[in-house]
Amino acid sequence: MNKLELQKTANEVRKSIVTAVHAAKAGHPGGSLSAADIFTYLYFEEMNIDPENPKDPDRDRFVLSKGHTAPGLYSVLAERGYFPKEDLKTLRHLGSYLQGHPDMKHIPGVDMSSGSLGQGVSVAVGMALSAKMDGKAYRTYALAGDGEIQEGQIWEAAMFAGHRKLDNLVVIVDNNNLQIDGAIDEVCSPYPIDKKFEAFNFHVINVADGNDMDQLKAAFDEAKATKGQPTAIICKTVKGKGVSFMENQAGWHGKAPNDEQYETAMADLEKVGEALCQK
Amino acid sequence: MSEVKKIATRASYGNALVELGKKHDDVVVLDADLAAATQTGVFKKEFPERHIDCGIAECNMVGIGAGLATTGKVPFVSTFAMFAAGRAFEQVRNSVAYPQINLKIGATHGGISVGEDGASHQCNEDFALMRSIPGMTVICPSDDIEAKAAVEAAYEHKGPVYLRFGRLAVPVINDRPDYKFELGKGIVLREGKDLTIVANGLCVAASLEAAEKLAADGIEAKVINIHTIKPLDEDLIVAAAKETGKVVTVEEHSVIGGLGSAVCDCLCAKAPTPVKKIGMQDVFGESGPAVALLEKYQLDAAGIYAQIKEFI
Repeated sequence: MNKLELQKTANEVRKSIVTAVHAAKAGHPGGSLSAADIFTYLYFEEMNIDPENPKDPDRDRFVLSKGHTAPGLYSVLAERGYFPKEDLKTLRHLGSYLQGHPDMKHIPGVDMSSGSLGQGVSVAVGMALSAKMDGKAYRTYALAGDGEIQEGQIWEAAMFAGHRKLDNLVVIVDNNNLQIDGAIDEVCSPYPIDKKFEAFNFHVINVADGNDMDQLKAAFDEAKATKGQPTAIICKTVKGKGVSFMENQAGWHGKAPNDEQYETAMADLEKVGEALCQK
Repeated sequence: MSEVKKIATRASYGNALVELGKKHDDVVVLDADLAAATQTGVFKKEFPERHIDCGIAECNMVGIGAGLATTGKVPFVSTFAMFAAGRAFEQVRNSVAYPQINLKIGATHGGISVGEDGASHQCNEDFALMRSIPGMTVICPSDDIEAKAAVEAAYEHKGPVYLRFGRLAVPVINDRPDYKFELGKGIVLREGKDLTIVANGLCVAASLEAAEKLAADGIEAKVINIHTIKPLDEDLIVAAAKETGKVVTVEEHSVIGGLGSAVCDCLCAKAPTPVKKIGMQDVFGESGPAVALLEKYQLDAAGIYAQIKEFI
């Protein structure tokens, strides 16, 4: 996909996120929207995957360690054809397979259940280690939140990945700077994030704008070319990106828009979509 | 009488892993800097490329195990019961049991027979913790033969399994041609009509000895080895309760939430019967030689005998 197609796709993913969370009357739009471009780049450009064969043993793996942004993952999976987009409206509903947090048992394309923060990177490390043990070429990606990395297990996993030189592993940090209780550097600062990963023997790439497809491409290409070390990509993003009233608001971490807000949000995204079509 | 052969079930665990490793390429063993104590070191010696030392980071070890399992490997994650069931409880619940990951937990150093290390390392809560997780199989073998069979059965079973082993060398009691380990099936080791003793782990041998002392007093106890706490062999326990009218449970675990509670949960619903729960009476252990601790906390044959006499 070229840049414009990726941008258009990310905008469609954003619409799905807003639609799903609105229909659920609950969920986490802020961090889903901040990572929408990362999700889109991974599933439409970076990863070797096939929606027709979601259990292919040689596929690239993705672990959504920040599992509460399931609306983002589900929206990109639906956009990519793993399941009908229409189903997104059943998010969090009783009886729906689209659970509030990723459930690998029932959702096509979900490689690992997650939701309890801090656990996903360890699992991704296990997947990457397995590839190394078996001489397989697949790569493993884990997406963590910048608040999430306050969990100690993240650093246990980082230490192990660095020690084992897992260059088939990429840990992406969605650095939108906000967590439930406020700005991450006011709640309990994890900064400097890059130096911490460096200290655990990661190759670190700082992405100044993690909502920019060119910058994401450059980062993921660099990660792929990196040998002998795992890579951490620290992406500066905007929480709530694309929806005017949600941008940079901690309050939209875990809240659904009401009907009126939904209309406004969709109008914002339609506008973005139209602008992209003019290009 | 010749000296009874004694082997710690943690040693059985290591040996069983080696046998399993020879038969199955997908077996991988993870440890958290305790390979000498958990006895996975023997597996490491045989299959260094399939032994993964995660360092002192049990939560991470469980997660790595889960990741390996999603790719088709069958990981046995190994550490002390305290850290497997205690420290990594939530990783076991959310990264293993909830997604129904095919991972096995080899938890050594269960119970007070850890001995000198004291209460911080004597896990008397692991059955309760692991039993409360949906879909988790919980096993505590009574001797070397059963421990090896349990490891094999855990491998064959698709889904998460918690195996508890001990540090102390315990007598081999299942060395007979007709011995058969079936997941979720209890084994009647002694017939009796006056009461039923339900035990697991090292308490099985002690309970058999206690039953002989009771027999000398004219009390005939049926003794059942419940190596699988979950799923519990309810049919066997209900039938025994109806037959004998009294049940005593014996375990190296808190009386809250373990084998005793599992038996009570079953009997109160299906065959209300007076039950005496022998175990750690809601207290922490302490440092001391394992045998002395088992005596002090009345989990040896004499202690079990005395408590049963009081009960009946």
